[in-house]
Amino acid sequence: MKKLSLILTAIFFALFVLSTSGWCWGKKKTIKIGINAPITGDIPKVGENTKNTAKMWLEDIEKAGGIEIAGEKYPVEIIVEDNEAQAESAVKTNTKMITEDEVIIVIGPQSSKQAIPAGGVANSYATPMISPWSTNPDTTKDRPYVFRGCFLDPFQGPMLANFAKNEFGYTKAAVLYDVASDYPKGLAEYFKQSWEKNNGEGSVVSYESFTTKDADFSSQLTKIVNSGAEVLFVPQYYNEVALIVKQARELGWKKPILGSDSWGSSETITLCGSDCYGAFFSTHYAAAGAEGITKEFIDRYKEKYGYVPDDVCALTWDSLKLAQNAIESLTEFSGDIKKDRVKVKNNLAKIKNFEGVTGNMSFTSDGDPVKCAVIVKISDTGEFRFYKSVCP
Amino acid sequence: MEYFLQNFINALQWGSFYALIALGYSMVYSILMLFNFAHGDIFMIGAYIGFCIASLFILLFGGAAPGWLVLILTIIVSMFLTSLLGVLIEKIGYRPLRNAPRASAAITGLMIGIILETSNIAIFGTKRIAFPQLVETVTYNISGVFITNKKIIIVAISLFLMAGLHFFIEKTKWGMAMRAMSYDFLTVPLMGISLNVIAPLTFAIGSALAAAAGILYGLAYPVLDPYMGILLGWKAFVAAILGGRGSILGAALAGFLLGFIEIFTAMIFPSTLRDLIAYSIILIILTVRPHGFFGKAHSSSLRL
Repeated sequence: MKKLSLILTAIFFALFVLSTSGWCWGKKKTIKIGINAPITGDIPKVGENTKNTAKMWLEDIEKAGGIEIAGEKYPVEIIVEDNEAQAESAVKTNTKMITEDEVIIVIGPQSSKQAIPAGGVANSYATPMISPWSTNPDTTKDRPYVFRGCFLDPFQGPMLANFAKNEFGYTKAAVLYDVASDYPKGLAEYFKQSWEKNNGEGSVVSYESFTTKDADFSSQLTKIVNSGAEVLFVPQYYNEVALIVKQARELGWKKPILGSDSWGSSETITLCGSDCYGAFFSTHYAAAGAEGITKEFIDRYKEKYGYVPDDVCALTWDSLKLAQNAIESLTEFSGDIKKDRVKVKNNLAKIKNFEGVTGNMSFTSDGDPVKCAVIVKISDTGEFRFYKSVCP
Repeated sequence: MEYFLQNFINALQWGSFYALIALGYSMVYSILMLFNFAHGDIFMIGAYIGFCIASLFILLFGGAAPGWLVLILTIIVSMFLTSLLGVLIEKIGYRPLRNAPRASAAITGLMIGIILETSNIAIFGTKRIAFPQLVETVTYNISGVFITNKKIIIVAISLFLMAGLHFFIEKTKWGMAMRAMSYDFLTVPLMGISLNVIAPLTFAIGSALAAAAGILYGLAYPVLDPYMGILLGWKAFVAAILGGRGSILGAALAGFLLGFIEIFTAMIFPSTLRDLIAYSIILIILTVRPHGFFGKAHSSSLRL
């Protein structure tokens, strides 16, 4: 009996080895692309949009029979991992995808809080990474392997400060931001610097903060309402935007509210409702009134998923296309993942005048694109209406 | 002056939530001498149940029923359903561990909390949910102080519930049984009052109050997420300690006090330092009064 089971085990083992190795020989080398997205956590809509966009892109690739490198087509596999919208998890996720899954390039994480630490991992493993949505400069700073798909906060902050001054002539502003998160904190600082340069020292009359997960902002907003500010700047994500704007209105704030590109989610209006009507925010593209390939992308996405894609979708799409572009320009797909990664990175850095759905872009030496921003006004029906385009 | 009054009203609303949640911690402690660390998540589940019930009522009645009626019905039904959840948690999570070391029970509480959060994610997904606005917001401007009808509703319902609890504990037989049990849980069962009746009752009342807090919270801060109970639960736990472990009156008062400390430190100091200063103040209070305001000295020597 013992012998029999031993023999059976041996046969089973042999079959197993044969089958796996056969599978290896039989199959073509696949190009693996990692997606590091916040599927759960604070901003799940961002994760869902990232995933949906990646699926749509993969469909295109599969229809074409894979990505073509030097005349030969290779199948593509997408690995989506959840970073729970947390910095530590984003680092783990990146490490796992780079070392275990051997991806050639990582797309994501989306927000700066995760993208900054995850970018460090990608750079130290010499793996190219494109963060579609992270606007904080630290994400790509001194990291040749890290790129991004959007404009930067040092551009966005001053741009918004100038907009409020030039368009409406305001001289006194208030800021309310999350001190425990990289993106709002960075943006609030750039806004304040630029505002005070324009309007003199002390012209940001109220500079208030809270920490992530807070829901009551009444004492901060009471201060702001009583500070005499003419405009309120809220560089927050959609879940906090809804709470802050509602509470501000309840405490008697009737003046304009200014937001940043994190407002651009379809969830902002779902959660905030009519209280957000009339607010302005800067973003990467405006879905209403789009033309050309942007319109094509919007229509396709809308048909497939049933809602208008927000800026996360558009930027993720562009980032995937950039990655595709860089992989297609390889002279050969050696299968030696380390060599290929370096080549992909070199190709990415060389991209000039790439035509994306969020506008034309060229990469600077830091891995940051030069591109225009759009100011959007939330209409009385809750639509994001194009208001103005601002270019660097 | 208006500035002060405005913050006073803000603090009154914010403190109501702490008070209602802290009551649940305190009641369970007074009977079982353990802190139910899943309480913050029961609050969260209460808010979600409230969301379902409110949506159902809106679907059934449409515009036929006035908003305040729907709100009150929602609160009553959700309180009932959440109290069943509380009883279930007591039965599955805590009863088998009644004679185990207290640390095991505390860990069980944390595990139940995680189970509640993740099962919520499994049902509703990770998307944020907008709580239906049952009552149209009306803002009154009383010489520069802004009060919404919602704030009045929230504070009024909270005070009403606290008064009701007080009446229940002081004037009814069940309340007397609970008081007796918290006084001596070894002798009282010998008099024919079973701990297996009183403990679920305590959990039911605590959970019902948490559910009411959840719905009122949804009214004031209409974005629900599966992790919303964690931070609030911790802070309410602080309030329960501050009020004195096991003291019902203490928990309610300390809940309001915590709200006031948070709001007024943010009023006086830069808001970045709010929690640092607010919780340092509480640390100092606890150093001076380690048993909280109304806690009895013997309760800490018993366990935990």
